Amino acid sequence: MKVVGLIIALLAGSLLVYATADFPPLGDPNSPASVHVSPRYIEKTMEETDVPNIVTSVLADYRGYDTMFETTVIFCAGVACFLLLRVYRREEPQERLYRHVLTGVTIHVKAGKLPPSPDFERIDSAWTPHDLIIKTICRLLIPFIQLFALYVIAHGHHSPGGGFQGGVMLGASVIVLAMSQDLRTAVRRLREKADALMCATGVFIYAGTGALCLLLGSNFLDYSALAPVLHVDPIMARSHGIFMVEVGVGVAVMGVMIWIYNNVSSMGKYDEGL
Amino acid sequence: MMGEFMQAVIAKYNYWIYITLMMIGLYAMIAKNNLIKKIVGMNIFQTAIILFYVSIGVKKGGTLPIVEHGHGAHAHAVHAADYLNPLPHVLMLTAIVVSVATLGVALALGVKVYREYQTLEEDEILARIREK
Amino acid sequence: MSAHYPTLLVTVPLLSAFVISAAGWVNKRWCFPIAVAALGVSAYSCVGLLLKVADGGVVHYRLGGWPPPWGIAYYVDQLNALVLCVVSLAALINLIAAKKSIEREFPEKTAPFYTLYVLFVTGMLGITVTGDAFNLYVLLEIGSLTGYGLIAMGDKARAPLSTLNYLYMGTIGACFYLLGVGYLYIVTGSLNMADIAHLLPPLYHSKAVLTAFIICLVGVWVKMAFFPLHGWLPNAYTFAPSAASSLIAPLMTKVMIYVMIRLILTVFTPQFAFGTLLVSKPIVWLAVAAIVMGALLALKERDVKRMLTYIIIAEVGYMVGGAWLGNRAGMTGAILHIANDALMTLCVFLAVGCIVYKTKGARFEDIQGLFRKMPFTMAGFVVGALSIIGVPPTCGFFSKWYLISGAIQAGQYGFMVALLFSSLVSVVLFFRIFEIAYYEPFQDHHGETHTHHASLMDEAPLGMVVPLLIVAAGLVVMGLYTGGIVSHVIRFVIPKGLV
Repeated sequence: MKVVGLIIALLAGSLLVYATADFPPLGDPNSPASVHVSPRYIEKTMEETDVPNIVTSVLADYRGYDTMFETTVIFCAGVACFLLLRVYRREEPQERLYRHVLTGVTIHVKAGKLPPSPDFERIDSAWTPHDLIIKTICRLLIPFIQLFALYVIAHGHHSPGGGFQGGVMLGASVIVLAMSQDLRTAVRRLREKADALMCATGVFIYAGTGALCLLLGSNFLDYSALAPVLHVDPIMARSHGIFMVEVGVGVAVMGVMIWIYNNVSSMGKYDEGL
Repeated sequence: MMGEFMQAVIAKYNYWIYITLMMIGLYAMIAKNNLIKKIVGMNIFQTAIILFYVSIGVKKGGTLPIVEHGHGAHAHAVHAADYLNPLPHVLMLTAIVVSVATLGVALALGVKVYREYQTLEEDEILARIREK
Repeated sequence: MSAHYPTLLVTVPLLSAFVISAAGWVNKRWCFPIAVAALGVSAYSCVGLLLKVADGGVVHYRLGGWPPPWGIAYYVDQLNALVLCVVSLAALINLIAAKKSIEREFPEKTAPFYTLYVLFVTGMLGITVTGDAFNLYVLLEIGSLTGYGLIAMGDKARAPLSTLNYLYMGTIGACFYLLGVGYLYIVTGSLNMADIAHLLPPLYHSKAVLTAFIICLVGVWVKMAFFPLHGWLPNAYTFAPSAASSLIAPLMTKVMIYVMIRLILTVFTPQFAFGTLLVSKPIVWLAVAAIVMGALLALKERDVKRMLTYIIIAEVGYMVGGAWLGNRAGMTGAILHIANDALMTLCVFLAVGCIVYKTKGARFEDIQGLFRKMPFTMAGFVVGALSIIGVPPTCGFFSKWYLISGAIQAGQYGFMVALLFSSLVSVVLFFRIFEIAYYEPFQDHHGETHTHHASLMDEAPLGMVVPLLIVAAGLVVMGLYTGGIVSHVIRFVIPKGLV
């Protein structure tokens, strides 16, 4: 297999090297890619969409249809991970392990009984480390991560950022909680059902915005059709339409990141996780 | 002659980097025995293509594709040559998301395989299948 | 609303997927009707679009209202419209037929299964309808990811590993396609298929365009399991749950062949593919190898489902070879065979689904005496098998006829011989199955022979058999209307330059 792999890799590599002869050098301002389609995006973005960040305007408007399916791709991944891994019925162990949060003492409790006081948290293996510093720092960090994520989503029109980046940060804030404490704590904050509904809602906001344009008599995803509803001119309507879909993307990405993490890290059992 | 050739090679260094990375990824995907190493190879392969695309967008003398603006703007005309080509960035945002999604599904499948065979070495799994 | 058919046929299933996913958490019973309704609307739009295109020519649609090449545009001609109809109808029929087996195999996970099912169909329809090379890549990944999810739910021990191998190969294929699109973008600066075709002629002799063509082609070949890149297919399709294999086996490979034909006809233009490049002959020989190897490997198998997966590999060889013959008859045969093969694969896989539903397996010992036990299922299977063999009046005969006459016109006698050889092998394959299913008595699991049991009819549920019989009837109808399809639809697809 090693020889086969080497031969295929070298063949592919030499084919690509051969083609490079006809490529423009790095940074050539007169290359076809720089002069054919893209100048319009750069020169007309303010006029046509009122969004200074050209990447955002191309992403969510000129090629917004691609981005809708891009969001759908991660939704597919979330659903696929859930379908593949989630286990509903599992045999409960004879006795559960509980640890006292303050002292770290671990006790065994027979199945079906509750621990003596609410200060105990459930763990799955006796060696689960307990680290006060990590837990505290992560808890302090989470609100700031989330605040910054909201800024990144909202400010995607004017600076690098947007729904994907902000959504990943929002997802990461919950994943940090799951990693520093355990998965049960994180799932208590954001239930599985709420998370799954969030994924579907996020992508639905995107596709629904497109369908709304269709219902208002324009082509799919032609945000200028929203102008009469939003009481702005058609160009501002495009800018607002982009914001709407960015919010949808943010919600969907956050939900899917958490969903995938929960399923993969606990092998679908939703126990204490990593 | 030699100097010209070297200059041509250096002017296109971005392509050499991406081709090398792509070959590493492709080799790992075909030749490695461990399923997770194959997934890592897959990610290197996808990242190489992302590098390739992003390097298409570079323009000498261009800046970030965010139009300078202020209130009461449109005072100065925007020239395409002053900004990087935004299209490859947009395309690669899509490709990054696709590679993350593929990674997620691949890991889920890896977990499923591990749950069944308690190993991720392909030859061991195949040997176990043949035993049955 | 008819102006919006091109977008409705993709976005209605897409929106319904999110509704299904959410409904699954409220009441699982809502998922199936929503999925059927969405695919029904989609199929209605596809048929409406086909009639519109056959009537008034090519339909354009601008998504977001942006003109191409700046925005993404749909470009629907007779070729897309035909494939769209086949894909949407096959998906709808299979969904109805698969309800029972999905509910039995995944009682707790019907909602995510239906979600992925509908998204897979969205991906396939989107690939077919789009006129943008990059948009095609994104939809290809939707189709692939959902496909991995659906296939891996099959056989508990073997499906995940074979799906993982499929995922590696599929990712290589999709990445190659993406890289090829990047090469086209770097030399033309455009992603719109029609615009690329417009910009390419001065670049026909460029090394970059040649490489782009090779990489795209190899990428698509991996995805369609063209010999020798077929390694992932047999295991993935054999261990998939029957609801998924009867969805993915007819659609995925056929849609990828559509993509290849679209690349030849629209993106790179036939002048480049058949004129500038001199690769037609080697590719046809590769197709010959695919057909012969597929047929021979199928002979070896003792499991109906696995045997059918090798027949798919041979059929892929038919279509690739036909498209690369480089003449009118060959291309007509290849396009016609996309539609016919999708339906006949659907037919035989639905029949196998019925058999697996009743006997828990489709190995040769499981199908003994099935003609008496499941006469309607076997009747459907026989029609599908006859069509694969190429017996008139089933549709398989007519596309094979076009392929053979194309081969003779092009002087590719090797391809003609391979077609006849594989038909002969199919005769052996299927009559062996008929013999086992007809003559040998039904044996139950204790190994004792119960002759009196064998006379009892134990047919699969009505919801599975009726769709199967509809598809089987469709095979005959398609065969009878071949002339109409060719003269009203396919004739307009083939460029004038091709004789």
